Amino acid sequence: MTAIPTSDRPFSPLLRALREEGLARLAPKVPRVSLGMASCGLAAGARETWDALRAALAGRDTVACLVPTGCLGWCQKEPLVEVRLPGSPALVFGRVTAEAADQVAAWLAGGELPRAHLLGQYPAADRSDGQTQPTTPDPRFPAGEIPLIWDLPFYRGQLRWVTRNCGFVNPADLAEYVARGGYLALEKALARGPEWVVEQVTRAGLRGRGGAGFPTGAKWQAARRAPGEQKYVIANADEGDPGAYMDRGLLEGDPFSVIEGMTIGALAVGHCHEGFVYVRAEYPLAVERLETAIAEARKAGLLGENVLGSGFAFEVHVVRGAGAFVCGEETALLASIEGRPGEPRPRPPFPSEKGLWGRPTVINNVETWANVPLILMSGAQLYASVGSEGSKGTKVFSLVGDVSNTGLVEVPMGATLRHMVEVNGGGLSRGTRIKAVQTGGPSGGFLPASLLDLPVDYESLTGAGTIMGSGGLVVMGERTCMVDVARYFLSFTRAESCGKCVPCREGTHRMLQILERICAGGGRPDDVGLLEEWAWAVKDGSLCGLGQTAPNPVLSLLRYFGDELEQHVRDRFCPAGVCRELFRFGIVPETCTGCGACLRACPRGAIGGEPRQPHIIDQARCTLCGVCRDACPFEAIVVEPRSPADEGVNRNE
Amino acid sequence: MSASTSVRGISPPHPEEEEAIAAEAAAIARSLRDRPGAVTAVLETVQQRWHHLPVAAMRAVARELGIPLSRVYGVATFYAAFSLSPRGRHMVQVCLGTACYVRGGTKLAEALEEHLRTPMGQPSADFCFHLEGVRCLGCCSLAPVVRVDGRTFGRVRPQDIPRLLASVLARTGSLQGGDGT
Ligand SMILES: Cc1cc2nc3c(=O)[nH]c(=O)nc-3n(C[C@H](O)[C@H](O)[C@H](O)COP(=O)(O)O)c2cc1C
Ligand code: SF4
Ligand code: SF4
Ligand code: FES
Repeated sequence: MTAIPTSDRPFSPLLRALREEGLARLAPKVPRVSLGMASCGLAAGARETWDALRAALAGRDTVACLVPTGCLGWCQKEPLVEVRLPGSPALVFGRVTAEAADQVAAWLAGGELPRAHLLGQYPAADRSDGQTQPTTPDPRFPAGEIPLIWDLPFYRGQLRWVTRNCGFVNPADLAEYVARGGYLALEKALARGPEWVVEQVTRAGLRGRGGAGFPTGAKWQAARRAPGEQKYVIANADEGDPGAYMDRGLLEGDPFSVIEGMTIGALAVGHCHEGFVYVRAEYPLAVERLETAIAEARKAGLLGENVLGSGFAFEVHVVRGAGAFVCGEETALLASIEGRPGEPRPRPPFPSEKGLWGRPTVINNVETWANVPLILMSGAQLYASVGSEGSKGTKVFSLVGDVSNTGLVEVPMGATLRHMVEVNGGGLSRGTRIKAVQTGGPSGGFLPASLLDLPVDYESLTGAGTIMGSGGLVVMGERTCMVDVARYFLSFTRAESCGKCVPCREGTHRMLQILERICAGGGRPDDVGLLEEWAWAVKDGSLCGLGQTAPNPVLSLLRYFGDELEQHVRDRFCPAGVCRELFRFGIVPETCTGCGACLRACPRGAIGGEPRQPHIIDQARCTLCGVCRDACPFEAIVVEPRSPADEGVNRNE
Repeated sequence: MSASTSVRGISPPHPEEEEAIAAEAAAIARSLRDRPGAVTAVLETVQQRWHHLPVAAMRAVARELGIPLSRVYGVATFYAAFSLSPRGRHMVQVCLGTACYVRGGTKLAEALEEHLRTPMGQPSADFCFHLEGVRCLGCCSLAPVVRVDGRTFGRVRPQDIPRLLASVLARTGSLQGGDGT
């Protein structure tokens, strides 16, 4: 865990004052209790925790600052509470439900430490910006060994640069952001000028985090050179890829870094006084936090007519999407902001030449923008020293699916999948064998377990037949059927295709039909060949990235999971136990102990048997819901091919 | 992604009602006409007001913004957030994104359809609830996820549904905002 060097001090009196204010708030003289209240925290019950904490602290007359923050990344452990006692390192507690909140408050009032919820401690310097050295430790700070949070498997090997403030600062508090080095980059940019900024971003080797990995410096240079008296910058916060949520994490946890990045970008491009953040409709809290941050920045003079007293004018507007995946595509996004249906148009002309309302426009992903202050703050050289040959810096991944520790992990480019899945993710949450990791969302593909040692960067993923995309990593265990997931992605792209080009509209429909037929047990011998033919036709014939990448799940199914596909088509068998027409559950008499767990769990009363005797499933009653398989502690319930006698059963539950 | 046009158990509004809707929608359009991409913003506000886009309102919006009705329709039918037919009062959104799919989102969706006795994308018979599948609510780490009236619930099991919906009904009134802080 390398901290980001923030040794510089702000130069302007405004920032110096904000910094002092922020430092005082980050390390107050009373305990600072912060609670992760991003969307994920709230979904895990953080609102109840907040109410309970407040009541419990008040009830015990304990003086403390209660602060809402974003997400620290380890969503599996949410609600997450961080307690910083004056002069001591901060402690992190996990799964702090309302009840546990009371225990935390009781501890602060002099009671016992809720050890069961304690995850670890931060290194003192890491969390205080190196400014406030521990003085007299607080007597409440527990004695004995407490692991450093960065040594826990979930954080091991992570390099939290872009997410450095997430879960730590109050996202509505500009002073806290400045205390962490915020707006130092803008100050530098204003002092050294646009050419220097573009050069730094170029030398840092920053590539777009929205999917394609286009060099950001080159994009900015093109927009800078394009003729025009009015230009725009846009943050793409559409994050349409299901299973990926790092942009939401950044917007809810550290919105100022995105705003600062855009301000710097506007300065670099020149003639740019307006920026837009296009946020998807499903992220109301991100919109709210962003609007608060924009208002705060404007109030302080960091946005508006005269940014930091430099005479440079810049405004940011938030535009809400209305629920269309294709709007993440840059030309569709432009159409959508202009108030039209979000249909892509051919490029060139690229947005950097002809963008919003025909004017030069830079569109970057949220995470890309958030990298910009970091680069100027740490210097292009240090930034470029992290990562792999062609991919510099870090990447935030959302690690989800059948994995024990779900959350946002930020690692240097080039970290291996295995590290993320097995160390950070802590392995599988159900089942025993990793079958695949899916990257890049509907535009990406599956990687089989045999490729887990692949270093993750743009080139190696492309080489393996998938893409980085925005950074979703969906881990799939043996209870996931790859044919079914491919079908799922095709139903997604078919529904989201804007319908403008025939190959995309028709092809996704045809591929979906074939996959549906196969999953329903009607696979034909030539289906595999047909799938491949359609896949290439759609890939080659579509106008925009949606159509060009829609066949990727199919292609990687063919490439890596051909056996499973064959089993579906030829043997009419789904080994994962997902496609309901293609399997049945059976109980292995030798493994079954007759414990009765399945019998009690089955909602249909389909399981019979005497205690301590092998149980039996009544196939006529079974709906294949799988509840018994999850309930059996001995893995005695297995997926079997159907016998002819099963035909006609289970079809109409 | 086109909005469903089937209307269940709803009679068309009376002419006076239509006039009132048109007047109010026109006022909304006027107040937002200077915003960038005004059409979408206007339709969003209209939808918030009536929980769908009444035809009279769309006509008024087109007139007020000085654009053809076909363009308003184009936008209204392109985006998933817009509905041309009335929706139930409480929005029940079940995530059908990849992470939720892998962790049993489909079974949750089936359980909701069964519990509310209504197919996906439709209001319940009494218009109390509206069931909708969405493409990821950004809480993938807590999959499977359900959002009811803007409040998001993670790690939901099918057996939790009755309790969850009952708790929402019990809190009616305090539910209008998002799940914000
Ligand atoms: C169908 C489709 C959906 C996309 N969705 C997103 C998205 O949700 N977020 C995003 O940043 N980029 C998305 N992109 C990529 C954008 O078109 C564009 O390349 C990107 O925003 C550029 O920013 P970057 O250079 O910082 O990556 C999508 C592309 C396609 C073809
Ligand atoms: S490829 Fe598909 S989504 Fe893209 S423009 Fe063509 S039809 Fe629309
Ligand atoms: S799959 Fe479901 S219905 Fe069938 S035996 Fe198991 S629990 Fe019962
Ligand atoms: S996939 Fe369900 S919340 Fe993201």
